[in-house]
Amino acid sequence: MQVREIFETMAYGPAPESAAEALAWLVDQGGRLGHFIDGAFTDPGRGFDTCNPATGEVLAHVTQATPDEVAQAIDAARRAQPRWEKLGGAGRARYLYALARLLQKHARLFAVLETLDNGKPIRESRDIDIPLAQRHFYFHAGMAQVMDEALSGRVAIGVCGQIVPWNFPLLMLAWKIAPALAMGNTVVLKPAEYTPLTALLFADICRQAGLPRGVVNIVTGDGAVGEAIVAHPGIDKIAFTGSTEVGRAIRRATAGSGKALTLELGGKSPYVVFEDADLDSAVEGLVDAIWLNQGQVCCAGSRLLVQESVAADFTARLKARMDRLRVGNPLDKCIDVGAIVDPAQHDRITRMVEANTAGTVYRAATDLPATGCFYAPTLITGLAPADPLMHEEIFGPVLVQTTFRTPAEAVALANDSRYGLAATLWTENINLALSVAPQLAAGVVWINATNLFDAAAGFGGQRESGFGREGGWEGLAAYTRPAGTRAKLTQVSATEGQGGPVEGIDRTAKLYVGGRQARPDGGYCRAVYGRSGKILGHAPLANRKDVRNAVEAARGAASWARTTGHLRSQILYYIAENLSARAGEFAARLDAMQGGRRGAAEVEAAVQRLFTYAAWADKYDGQVHGVPIRGIAMAVKEPVGVIGALCSDEAPLLGLVSAMAPALAMGNRVVLVASEPYPLAATDFYQVLDTSDVPAGVVNILTGAHADLAPTLAGHLDVDAVWSFSSSDLSATIEDLSAGNLKRTWVNYGLARDWTRADSAAFLAAATEIKNIWVPYGE
Amino acid sequence: MTQTHLQAAQLPTVAPARNPGMPLDMAWVRAVQANTSAIERRVATLPGRRSVKGPHQAAWLLRAITCIDLTTLAGDDTAGRVARLCAKARQPVRHDLLAALDMPPVTVGAVCVYHDMVAPAVAHLEGTGIPVAAVSTGFPAGLSPFHLRVAEIEESVRAGAAEIDIVISRRHVLGGDWQALYDEMRAFRAACGEAHVKAILATGELGSLRNVARASLVCMMAGADFIKTSTGKESVNATLPVTLSMVRAIRAYHARTGVAVGYKPAGGISKARDALIYLALIKEELGDAWLRPALFRFGASSLLGDIERQLEHHVSGYYSAGHRHAAG
Repeated sequence: MQVREIFETMAYGPAPESAAEALAWLVDQGGRLGHFIDGAFTDPGRGFDTCNPATGEVLAHVTQATPDEVAQAIDAARRAQPRWEKLGGAGRARYLYALARLLQKHARLFAVLETLDNGKPIRESRDIDIPLAQRHFYFHAGMAQVMDEALSGRVAIGVCGQIVPWNFPLLMLAWKIAPALAMGNTVVLKPAEYTPLTALLFADICRQAGLPRGVVNIVTGDGAVGEAIVAHPGIDKIAFTGSTEVGRAIRRATAGSGKALTLELGGKSPYVVFEDADLDSAVEGLVDAIWLNQGQVCCAGSRLLVQESVAADFTARLKARMDRLRVGNPLDKCIDVGAIVDPAQHDRITRMVEANTAGTVYRAATDLPATGCFYAPTLITGLAPADPLMHEEIFGPVLVQTTFRTPAEAVALANDSRYGLAATLWTENINLALSVAPQLAAGVVWINATNLFDAAAGFGGQRESGFGREGGWEGLAAYTRPAGTRAKLTQVSATEGQGGPVEGIDRTAKLYVGGRQARPDGGYCRAVYGRSGKILGHAPLANRKDVRNAVEAARGAASWARTTGHLRSQILYYIAENLSARAGEFAARLDAMQGGRRGAAEVEAAVQRLFTYAAWADKYDGQVHGVPIRGIAMAVKEPVGVIGALCSDEAPLLGLVSAMAPALAMGNRVVLVASEPYPLAATDFYQVLDTSDVPAGVVNILTGAHADLAPTLAGHLDVDAVWSFSSSDLSATIEDLSAGNLKRTWVNYGLARDWTRADSAAFLAAATEIKNIWVPYGE
Repeated sequence: MTQTHLQAAQLPTVAPARNPGMPLDMAWVRAVQANTSAIERRVATLPGRRSVKGPHQAAWLLRAITCIDLTTLAGDDTAGRVARLCAKARQPVRHDLLAALDMPPVTVGAVCVYHDMVAPAVAHLEGTGIPVAAVSTGFPAGLSPFHLRVAEIEESVRAGAAEIDIVISRRHVLGGDWQALYDEMRAFRAACGEAHVKAILATGELGSLRNVARASLVCMMAGADFIKTSTGKESVNATLPVTLSMVRAIRAYHARTGVAVGYKPAGGISKARDALIYLALIKEELGDAWLRPALFRFGASSLLGDIERQLEHHVSGYYSAGHRHAAG
């Protein structure tokens, strides 16, 4: 075009970033890439082509890992791990620092290669993906440096199998590898089938950094390779980012294996606009929320909730903004929306949108390239919560919208989802913002901003968006474990005995549900005998309906989560006081059931435990993370919700109290299943609870067979977490059934716990979820 | 001279209807919000999102030249100094560069001076079609007696100024006295008669982007044809966040009334690259209609020199030097 003509049209014109260097790198690799195992690239083998979705051109041939190759990679990681850990934090920090530096030196090569392979605009890979990946390595170089000082008592988990998605290939690699390496783990990482190239370039820079061989291993391939990694017994921990469906399968596959697991899964994150928001900025925020990376973002603000009073105005502004989005060649520096990663994804998005018959569909009035895998930015207004697209993750540039009337309704609609990854809210009213943010079921909340990320702030979800955090201090928990080994736990069986009358007046132990003693639904009980063989009483046998009732009562006691730490601590102290007042009676009961004379010590320990968590109730503070914005990211510790706990068999009172007290202190409600062989300490405890101002439904206690109750509890879709300290072998069952709603699990894998130690750090962490609330500010 | 006439004929700029203003709508004014950090993020990422290269860049830079209010506002201005400036305004780009770009002649958007320099400027620009803009109303502080400020406008219009850049009373904004701001602006607008009026908000002194956005709206309601960031004399002048706040106000006003109000960032824009970013921001937020001198001006004195050097680089492939281009 002539200058004279452009002077009139004021068109943008092309601004292409050169692909030459990245293509040259691929040519240097022979256009065919193997795996990176034990510090060297393997010969390329049978596999598949990886393509540029913007053009359909083949970029390179990549190898499908065989089970043998996966095993070799895991063996290499296994061999490398002890020395890598022994190198020490400062030693590892040097390598992480070198990796960060090298990522920075080769920043443009990484960015262009990412854009070629994935289809995302070069602006994003250059300005977002690669800088955040660098930042992650710098940040975790620092974490390695301070580990010995700041995380004493924590050690590496071992060999980590890491499976990353195609939407942020290098960034997700960085999120996985940097913390793992910092904490002394070694890794076997599988990049996504669609986007393996930057992971292999990263392998190249691992060589340049002189990283000891075997510390980082990269194997390429499809889901079968991922399955092989998950199934391999040489893996100590699986970290997965991807779809909820696959995450669920991994949860089931690893159930009972003892492999640590973190899952960062799908979402349908709400984007809430209140009437007093800066509407133009909120519209602009949506560009980053749902059109960043073509909407292929797990935390995309894909559900727009607008206050009715401004909805028409907002929609008009939004449509005008959509029309200005430039869709096209991802390597063009003047493009907003690039290519969908693969035709299969494009088809999926197309099918979902076409299947929708509700609302009004608006497609941006913007030109699309004639060829390549492009999808127009799309808005569907006027949907109702009952419409499927309000719930299903589209994973594309499609925004769905509905309206709300009040802040309470906004919260209700925002939380009307199985997911809980992120949420965005816009208001100029600090009172509104800070009251709504804690009510949102989301691991990350952005106030007057969206899709802000940083290595210093944890990222991860609630509900079916997965569990575990990546980034920040909270992210390190996923890559460390407490030092030391634990003994095996032996099954504790109930004492056998004779029938006959109970001494004194017959007492009927019941279940404790919703603040009342309730007879078991099934109408059965079992005799509890003392060491002497004498009958001590009868304990009800709860069934699945009793579990249902208990969970319902716990769910109903939601206001407990909103009480102050001070109040909860007062109530825990009160429980301790009342238990202490009846110490003799409880000690006698424990001794009668278990034999010996350890009852008094156990009661005293239980009183102490209550004091400990009463103390923690108002002291287990969140953090303010040092993120690089003018603003704050508050890591708030919130209760998990409804926790089901199969309590210790061997410490009938102390075990019960040790599970209950931290959960209560943090604002959770509990369904406790008492010690199976020795249930009467728990049934005696009801009266202590009754006299200690514990609100109805906050604590519910069932007695019965752990093996019968655990599946119902673990499979219950309204339970947020299940803990098991049972001496019955239930870990596999619980983890398997927990996959239904991806509830958090904390099980013992048949290992014993020393109940005389509080181990508050572990209990408090299990009783809380960290929510990062980002609050940019400035006037 | 003939050529410039020709250019004016070739490139007719459809002058948008003047802004008649509207009654002060306080509900609207109070509802205006401007979230500073979000606005900053938008403008911080804009240069990375919009890139203009090659012939497009050359064309855009030429367009920028046509939108420059070539300005001298110094105590030592003389008729001779203004004559030189006017000569530069008529022929801002070397003829050989325009020829190489196959471009007809271009001129700057206007020449902007103090009142006493209006007459010499008008004389030196006679027949060119280039308007003379006068800064007015006790520029830059705007604290002289109100009747004198109104009289100053009238004097400048009589002297031949086609555009009047008034300064608002910042105290009305800082005190939340929107009615007073509206009334003042109304009076200035009336005093301008046929001359177009640009309202200088002195955004660096308004305290917040919310105030900037609200003051923009009030001035438009009172009939400003253009809203302008600053006098160039404040410690902070045109910035991208301020620009975004003001152009969004223009967009809202246009959406509500159908009237297109112009925008003029002034002070601190001295690089060709900055000019491209501003043009991209205007294109994104307001649309192509605003990429014309009738609706967009740069208040700048040194910007032109950098653009000339960039144009020569585009033509020759070699980086240029300042002395290769005529002084203004």
